[in-house]
Parts: sequence; C-alpha cells; structure tokens
Amino acid sequence: MRTAAEVLFFVSPALALFLLFVVWPIVKAAQFSLYRWRGFGPLSDFVGLQNYSTVLHDEVFRGAFSHNLFIVVGSIVLQLPLGLAVALLLNRRIRGQGLLRTIVFVPYVLAEVIAAVVWLQLLQPEYGAVDSLLSGVGVPVPDQGWLGSPDRALWTVLIVLTWKYLGLAVLLFLAGLQGVPQDVVEAAEIDGASWWQVQRWITVPLLGPTVRIWVFLSMIGSLQCFDMVWVLTGGGPANSTTTMATFLVNEGTKRHNYGIAAAASVILFVVALFFALAYQLLVLRRDTKGAAR
Amino acid sequence: MTDTLPDVTPPAPARPAPRRTTSVRGGGGSPLVYLGALVVVALTLGPVVYGVLGGFRSNAQLADSPAGLPDPWLLDNYRRVLTSPTFWRYALNSTVVAGLTTLLVVVFGLMAAYPLARYRFPGREALYSVFLVGLLFPATVAIIPLFILVSRDLQLGNTWWGVALPQAAFGLPMTVVILRPFLVAIPDELEEAALMDGASRIGFFFRVVVPLSAPATITVGVLAFVASWNAYLLPLLLLQGDMKTLPLGVADYSTQYSSDTAGVLAFTTLAMVPALVFFLAVQRRIVSGLQGAVKG
Repeated sequence: MRTAAEVLFFVSPALALFLLFVVWPIVKAAQFSLYRWRGFGPLSDFVGLQNYSTVLHDEVFRGAFSHNLFIVVGSIVLQLPLGLAVALLLNRRIRGQGLLRTIVFVPYVLAEVIAAVVWLQLLQPEYGAVDSLLSGVGVPVPDQGWLGSPDRALWTVLIVLTWKYLGLAVLLFLAGLQGVPQDVVEAAEIDGASWWQVQRWITVPLLGPTVRIWVFLSMIGSLQCFDMVWVLTGGGPANSTTTMATFLVNEGTKRHNYGIAAAASVILFVVALFFALAYQLLVLRRDTKGAAR
Repeated sequence: MTDTLPDVTPPAPARPAPRRTTSVRGGGGSPLVYLGALVVVALTLGPVVYGVLGGFRSNAQLADSPAGLPDPWLLDNYRRVLTSPTFWRYALNSTVVAGLTTLLVVVFGLMAAYPLARYRFPGREALYSVFLVGLLFPATVAIIPLFILVSRDLQLGNTWWGVALPQAAFGLPMTVVILRPFLVAIPDELEEAALMDGASRIGFFFRVVVPLSAPATITVGVLAFVASWNAYLLPLLLLQGDMKTLPLGVADYSTQYSSDTAGVLAFTTLAMVPALVFFLAVQRRIVSGLQGAVKG
C-alpha cells in the first residue's frame, strides 16, 4: 500500500496534466465531430457521421490530404539522399568538423514561423534575393513569385521544409555512423575497397535502423505540417498548399465550424495512426526483432 | 511539426556492438570535400545570414540589390526594434511561458519517470504506455477543444499559464520517455545503500535521483524550452494583444509592415537569437541525448 501511495504521489501531477490537456481534448474532438456546432450554445445538434462525410467529400480537404502525402514523399525523397550525403561528408576527416555539424543544425533550431518569415522575404517576387540570384545566373523566374502560383507553391514549401529539417536527418545519420564498426571498414580498405565502395556496401547498409527511425519521424511530422504553410502561404494560392492541419485550423478558428474541424482533426489523427502502425508493422518490426534476438 | 520532430522514440534499433568507433574517418580533407562542406554551409546559413545582414540595410538597399551586402551598415532597424516596448513585452511573454513550461515539464516529468523506472507495481507498463501513446498525439488534433477548454472552461485564455500548462502536457511524453531509461540506469546498490541508511524511497528520490539526473534533466529542459519558445499554433489561438509571444510578434510584424523588409528582418533576427544562443550553449548535451535515444 505504501508503494501505491508513493507511486500516486510521483505520477499524479504529470498524469493529471496529461489527462486534462492531452487526453480530454482529444476525446472532446471525437465528440465534437459528431455534432453540428458553431462554438456557442449547447452541444445538441447531433448529426452522426455527417461531418465526416462532408469533410471527406470536400475538394479542399481532399486536396489537403494529397498535399500532405506529397510532403511525406517529397521530404523523404529529398532529405534522405541529401542527408546521407551531408552526413557522409561531415563524417570525413575535415577541419572544423564540430563547427560544421553545429551549423547544419541551425535551421532546425529556428522556429518554423521565424524561418518562414525570413523565406517570405527571400522569395518576394520582385525584390527577393532568390529571384535576384537566380536571374543573375540566367534562370528564369516566375512573375507571380514562387509562392504566388498554384503550380509552384507546394514545391516551394517543400524546398523550404527541406532546408529547415535537413539538419535533423544529418544529425541522426551522423549519430548512426558512430555505431559503424571501424574494423569492418578497415578490413574492407585493406582489401582495396575505395571510399565510395565502403560507403555503398558497408556504412550505408549499417545505417538502416537509424534511417528507418528518421523516416518514421519525418512521416509523422509531414502529416502534421502547419506553421510553415500557415505563414508562407496561408494554404493558398487557390488552396494549392492547404494541409490537413491548416484546413482544420481554418475551419475551426476562422469559420467556426467546430464540428467540421473536429472531424478533420480525427481524420488527421487516424491517418497519422495508420501510418505509424503500418510503418511499425512493416518496417520497424525488423529492428525490434533484431534487438530481441 | 516543431513540437513533434525531436520525439526520437525508441524502438531501439539493433546494431552489432561497435568494438572501436571513431567519428572521423575517410580519406582526409581533399579539396572536393571542403568544397562540398562550403556549399552545405552556404545553403544552410544563407537565409539566416541574409536575415541578419538585411537588418543592417535599408529598404532602398534591399530593393536595389536584393542579395547585396549592407552599404553603409545601418543600425537603425535594430535600434528601432530594441527600443520598441512591444518587442520587449513579447520577449518577456515568451520567456515566462517557456520558463513555466520547462519548470512543469522537468518537475512533473522527473517525478513521473521515477516510479516508472524504479518501482515494481502492477500496471506499470500500462501507465508507461499512456505516456508513450501520447507521443503520437499531435497538438493539432486537439487544438480546437484545447482552445475551448483553456479559454472558456478554465478562464485561462490570454494568460501565461493558459499556454504553459497545455504545452507542458504535450511535452511530458517525450520527457518521460527520455528520462526513464536514464533513471533505470542508476545502480541498484546506490538505492540499497540509501535504504539501509534509513532513507525512504521518497528521500532517495530527492537526495540522490534529482541531483544525479541533472544532465538528463538539462537535456529535456532545453528541449522543452526551445519547443515552447518556438511554438506558434497554441499561442496563436490563445494569446492576443500584449500577451503575444515573439513568434506571433514576428508573424504579425511581417504582415503588418510587409513593405518594410529591413525592419521585418531586424525583428526576426532578434527574435531568433535567444533560442539559438540557448540551444548552441548546451548543444553538445542535446546532441548526445538525441543520439542516445536513437541508438537505444
């Protein structure tokens, strides 16, 4: 009994905070999603799954979902090879290595909002440094700016996100590289393997577990993407960069469609959970199995 | 994305135990390697340096040559921001909110991690999974009910606590996940000795565990501080007017004075300084903490 009291003493503050501010709101979100509710008066207009049907048939939300998928895939496709390349580069004997590793991590430390505001200035259509540099080397720049045209805006957001989060990938990969057994590498070198062959056949394959965890983190992050989009484009132009998160915040705070917003948030959660579980089952399982062996 | 990305969760990756490892290897610094490193640095720091330098320029300079250097260097923009009471008000709000968040996360997180690490009781793993699953809940999902809860039910809208409490709650899962293995690693002999000397387990917590866990506590503390300092969505919904934090201030400033690029850049630069300095000061510790979490 004494143990029980002590456990309670230690755990209850955290548990109370967690239940009140994390679990309760999520339960409420599930509840709100079943009502038509605009934020005032009692929660009385029960509509069942109608909000879900509305959201799932909404062109804007469907677009948002596909944009999230684009960001999930795009982030992996861009950041994985780039992150590996930079990590392998910074893993070599090189002067100022520590400083370089710190520098690579700087964008990740910045608030997304702050990064977004700086990029907004950089990307200004006429007076921005990006256009000026690009046209300086003869690359044609779009008149309406990189964020101003529906065709390009999402790509631009993806590039900025890549800039922001590459440092995390590099850092994790560098951490993984520390675990590559040096004697294997040396043995290969003695057998006459080139640097490139060593990376290709030894280092990178041994990085597998780290890469798989990074992919997981990146996926979940991409599905929840909000701040950057909200500041860079607000979801525009013409909803071409809306994400599930900006959709639901927009519905909730600007249009006060709380039921719709809640349904969208539950869908976002289910999608994230699905990705997490599927990835866990299909990919990460190998790692945990290996650990148990 | 800001809050969730550093959640480096276990499943621990399996890896053959390294017998000998060095961080430095490879064929040494050929010019090509340095060239590559230079390109990486330029691309990484370019936008940040542009922001810092842009603050020293005038709008006319920026329009004339968008990618140029300040000529002459002007202190005006920075002076204007640093003498503006709004900036300091926002900075104060950010500091207090992040401070409260960190305090709550560290104290409650360490307390919760202790029995989860060192007590045997039925339901321990179930309790731990409650926090573990919390890693999967993005704040975005809960944002609308959270807004209603804080502002309507608790009457904490537009207050420091109104932001700090939920932020701490969302920071707890990661804290517990990072701290638990650390507390497990404290040797049993230490605990037995303390109990033999007549300390209770609560006494052991305060006298031995708290001081011993300082390094891990600093790691989670800094992560919580920076996450709170950088947070946007929750403050956006909950804070208005004088209560805004710096990220809100930056976003506002950039929409309100969109033509004053130099001013926006000065404001933004000054807003990024504290988190950057704070993080870089303890960077080594954070990095090894993250690496530990990834290595399992």
